[in-house]
Amino acid sequence: MNKTTIFINAFALLCLIVAFLRDKEKTRQAIKIAVKSFVRILPTIIIIIMLIGLLMGLVPQKHISKIIGEQAGIMGVFIVAIMGTFLHIPSLISFPLAASLLKNGASLTSVAVFITTLTMIGIVTLPLEIKILGKKMAILRNLLSFIIAIIIGIIIGAIL
Amino acid sequence: MRKDKVKSKKIKQDILILFLILFITIIVILSFPDKKEKIITNGWNFFVEMILILPAVMILTGLFNVFISKENIVKYLGKTAGLKAIMFGIIMGSLPTGPLYVAFPLAAALLKKGARISCIIAFLSAWACIKIPQEMVEIQFLGIKFMALRLILTIIFVIIMGLIIEKLIERREINANI
Repeated sequence: MNKTTIFINAFALLCLIVAFLRDKEKTRQAIKIAVKSFVRILPTIIIIIMLIGLLMGLVPQKHISKIIGEQAGIMGVFIVAIMGTFLHIPSLISFPLAASLLKNGASLTSVAVFITTLTMIGIVTLPLEIKILGKKMAILRNLLSFIIAIIIGIIIGAIL
Repeated sequence: MRKDKVKSKKIKQDILILFLILFITIIVILSFPDKKEKIITNGWNFFVEMILILPAVMILTGLFNVFISKENIVKYLGKTAGLKAIMFGIIMGSLPTGPLYVAFPLAAALLKKGARISCIIAFLSAWACIKIPQEMVEIQFLGIKFMALRLILTIIFVIIMGLIIEKLIERREINANI
């Protein structure tokens, strides 16, 4: 267990105790929600983890780095941005996926762009966003998010 | 009721894909025995790392879900103004209180109440990509430096994006839409 794991668990435990002291009924409800969402997300997590295993076991590093690594340049960044835009996986799981790509030769820029477009842009929820907030606002938000995701990724790649 | 049906269908679909991938993995391992160890150790390591933090992440999400009501978010966000409102929008959005589609009606309600467009864009974007438990998972897998830098940059650019969209959309366009 590393420090982060211990910290997250300690923090969750602390919040749970405070919540329990404040309102038992609500805390019970919160735990119920937690268990439900845990069960709901578990199959997806196992799917992604098996995919990570296959990806790391089968695809040679040089292939990944050629497509989305340092030498792939702006085209590689563009590819991951598009991937992040259209894929619909929970952001929680995008982090281990991103970490496995990073270990296998993807660039920091690609990984940052992937996570940012994946979370910020929702093609699946776009019709609903248009319906509720109007065409102009929804499309502008998603379009600009795409652009700023690329800018954020490039800056991260330059700094780290 | 209808929502529950959709959810259970989604779970069935996930489990189906799960078995499909399991099947593929077994076939791959059987046909490339030399890759077996690499596939299994890699998958297992990620699984352990994930399973050690997932219950904590879910409990935090559940707690926020119950203790911070959507009415409260609307109430507090409606009150503030200026740059403070934008920052507040980001903070409110970053509390894990459900998927993005829950935020759209909230955003519409806030706009109707007269909230600034930039504030609402910041709120929606933060809701989409800044979540406190998620940031912890990001530290776990990508390191605190990566997470902190991405978080800071996201906040800065989300504010800029909000201000740009505010300039591009006229108030009455919004009112006509909602």
